[in-house]
Amino acid sequence: MTRQVAQKLGQALLVLLAAFTVAFVLLQALPGDAVLIKFLGSEMGLTAEQIAELRIAYGADAPVWEQYLHTLGNFLRGDFGYSIRSGVPVAQLLAENLPSTLWLALLALTAACLLALVLALLSQLEGFGWVRGLARSMPSLFVAVPVFWLGIMLIQVFSFQLGLVSVIAPEPWEELVLPVATLAVPISAPMAQVLIRNIDAVFGEPFVAVARAKGARHQWVLWRHVFRNALPATLTMAGVLFGELLGGAVVTETVFGLGGLGGMTQQAVANQDVAVLQAIVVLSAFAFVAISLLIDLLMPLLDPRLALRPAGAS
Amino acid sequence: MDSAVRLNPAATAASGTPLLAVEDLAIRYVSGGASRRVVEDVSFSIAPGEVVALVGESGSGKTTTAQAVLGLLPANGMIERGAIRLDGTDITGWSDRRLSALRGTRMSLIPQDPTTSLNPVRTVGSQIAEILQIHGERDRGRIRARVLELLARVGLEPAEMRAQQYPHQLSGGMRQRVLIAIAVALRPGLIVADEPTSALDVTVQRRVLDLLDDLRREDGTAVLLVTHDLGVAADRADRVVVLRQGRIQEAGPVRQVLAAPRSDYARQLLADAPSLATPRARPAVPATAGVMLKVAGLTQTYPVVGERGRVFRAADDVSFEVRAGTTHALVGESGSGKTTTARCIAGFLRPTSGTVEVGGTDVARLSGEQLRQFRHKVQLVFQNPFASLDPRQTIGQIVEEPLRNFDPVPKAEREHRVRAMIGRVGLPDSVLGRPPAALSGGQRQRVAIARALVLKPRVVVLDEAVSALDVTVQARILELLDELQRELGLTYVFVSHDLAVVRLIADTVSVMRAGQVVESGPVETVFHAPAHDYTRDLIAAIPGGGGAAGKAAQ
Repeated sequence: MTRQVAQKLGQALLVLLAAFTVAFVLLQALPGDAVLIKFLGSEMGLTAEQIAELRIAYGADAPVWEQYLHTLGNFLRGDFGYSIRSGVPVAQLLAENLPSTLWLALLALTAACLLALVLALLSQLEGFGWVRGLARSMPSLFVAVPVFWLGIMLIQVFSFQLGLVSVIAPEPWEELVLPVATLAVPISAPMAQVLIRNIDAVFGEPFVAVARAKGARHQWVLWRHVFRNALPATLTMAGVLFGELLGGAVVTETVFGLGGLGGMTQQAVANQDVAVLQAIVVLSAFAFVAISLLIDLLMPLLDPRLALRPAGAS
Repeated sequence: MDSAVRLNPAATAASGTPLLAVEDLAIRYVSGGASRRVVEDVSFSIAPGEVVALVGESGSGKTTTAQAVLGLLPANGMIERGAIRLDGTDITGWSDRRLSALRGTRMSLIPQDPTTSLNPVRTVGSQIAEILQIHGERDRGRIRARVLELLARVGLEPAEMRAQQYPHQLSGGMRQRVLIAIAVALRPGLIVADEPTSALDVTVQRRVLDLLDDLRREDGTAVLLVTHDLGVAADRADRVVVLRQGRIQEAGPVRQVLAAPRSDYARQLLADAPSLATPRARPAVPATAGVMLKVAGLTQTYPVVGERGRVFRAADDVSFEVRAGTTHALVGESGSGKTTTARCIAGFLRPTSGTVEVGGTDVARLSGEQLRQFRHKVQLVFQNPFASLDPRQTIGQIVEEPLRNFDPVPKAEREHRVRAMIGRVGLPDSVLGRPPAALSGGQRQRVAIARALVLKPRVVVLDEAVSALDVTVQARILELLDELQRELGLTYVFVSHDLAVVRLIADTVSVMRAGQVVESGPVETVFHAPAHDYTRDLIAAIPGGGGAAGKAAQ
């Protein structure tokens, strides 16, 4: 048991190292380094010698492999270096911007799960054919909506026309409710679709016929037998979507003018702020790996067939 | 609560009302705009404690009838007319809510496939407890005691440990015992057993049917036994109802139907049941026929997970020879090593040690391109014709594919050979453009055979190739294999758990158990003078071998 967990942890660390390495190689391969971009501008009027000195000061003249090991060592100690643009430690930038994005992403994921769940349950409602049909057509609609458009429309309707949510000097909850909705809707679509399809498939399984032959009614079968069997695939889906969520957060934060990783990433890309980008890539990879690991460890609880050691054989 | 409780078996039994009476039943399926009648004018009755078998091939309406009795027709099925009377009360018009009070208490189900009929994420104990909970038992202590009692009663011990296990930790036979425990839990008057053992090995089948027999005798339960195998019906039923295309062909006491079938179809079923059929004499093997396949000291081991140094011997020193143009059978239960041996012969597994010579070439030493070219000579036909054909290819593409994989054959020549082969396995040209989904199970197995033969192999390995088929379809496929063997001079390795089938097609046989060959020789010798206890067990497990069939054969 512990051996398999250790194995999974090892794999996760390897993925992180790979992400770090790939990001490093790609960022180093960018034409021109950040020092050149920042100081080569004519308004500073630096000479070529002065720039060369600066490059030595920043360590940009060392061989690539040395820079790689150096940066890796720093990362392992939790030192992400300094933003070349602003001179502020990257760790400080992250501390300022990460919490709001993380909140946004987690709230959106929760909302998306709830939305998917409600749609899936409505799709199985007994006796209301039109509700079932509606619930089943929603995911296709949701997934077709572009995030930026949905954000703008939500602001238009709820803030400007209905005046329900203030966008100027908003309360903390007001600031988040529309962005969360914007992010959650497209994320919920694939989850709802997978959940509905799995529930339908499980209803066709022979063990459901056996449950009904025991005298169980629809709701009993749905909750006791179908639901838990339909859940694992949806959970896997949720993990994959979390990555998409981080990407979606960039657009959403821009549309709603929220501070966070979105704005930070955008600026870092515009300025080729290598240190910041490197940290963001590794952080995203970490989030992805952590979620996948969590799901891997949760799965056996949902499906005993995936248990690492056979249960009951003590 | 409602009239379910008011049904009084004691009162009705005394007055001579049958427990179950099906009268002029007609059932229709509606899909899309089309509608199809699948059951028509079906009438039969079951007295308390009686066993009635519904016998027929797939599509005969036997399962649909059984589902209608339980009120569990698929959503697109509807009862057009007729009555289903349980203790004299017609339940055809009942709502699902009223029927659900009857299900489990007055009638219950033993399903076909035990591997998929238990919820994989819940313990078997909780799944037995469930039927008690559904029908109102709340006391946890009483539920637990009853669950353990039921587990012990179906022979799953230690019951405490079994109750906590999940379905995947039990074998198919053990799972079927759990399902039987569920079915008898509330002592219903009627059990509907829908092909309860078709997915099991013959030896397991016998033990499970024996258990069901014991339990129903003790409780005086009636059984509606749905089966495609007249041999099973012969052993277990008091009366049989023979169905075909939704209509009753013949009905009566089992001995009478078996001894003197009146309908052509019943005669056909009787002839097709491998356990009841008298084997045709196989043509004598010419003494000049050389050895086509020689397996010597074949051993395949796997490391045991978690225990360093220990190995599991899937095949252990297996040796036999097969002469060209003959059929050699590998017989045994699941886990006996027969499939492992077959896969080594086909070159899909490299044995840990030992040799497999096909026409003088040692398969075990081949690799890469040589191994690929070797597949010309040995082809496989798998058990499940639903899974072994690519659903996105047409039948024509499926049969053509092997030809494209080897030496370039011109397109016209390929088409000609595919067409000829499809005709040779008894399928019309019109199937060439269709997907596998448009074909029946028997037709698909013919396609799988055509695909194997289109390369003109010398040896064909048939891995349980007829086990998933109804007896009628099975009989036709066996005939086809026989014809093809004689015409093309093929050598077969026939893997099966069913000695009755083996007797119909094989010349020689190796009986396998736990990776080892326990007995080997000509089929008739092994059959009539088995040297090993295990072989005797296998022979005794053949359904229909008992009283009724023996008498019918005379």
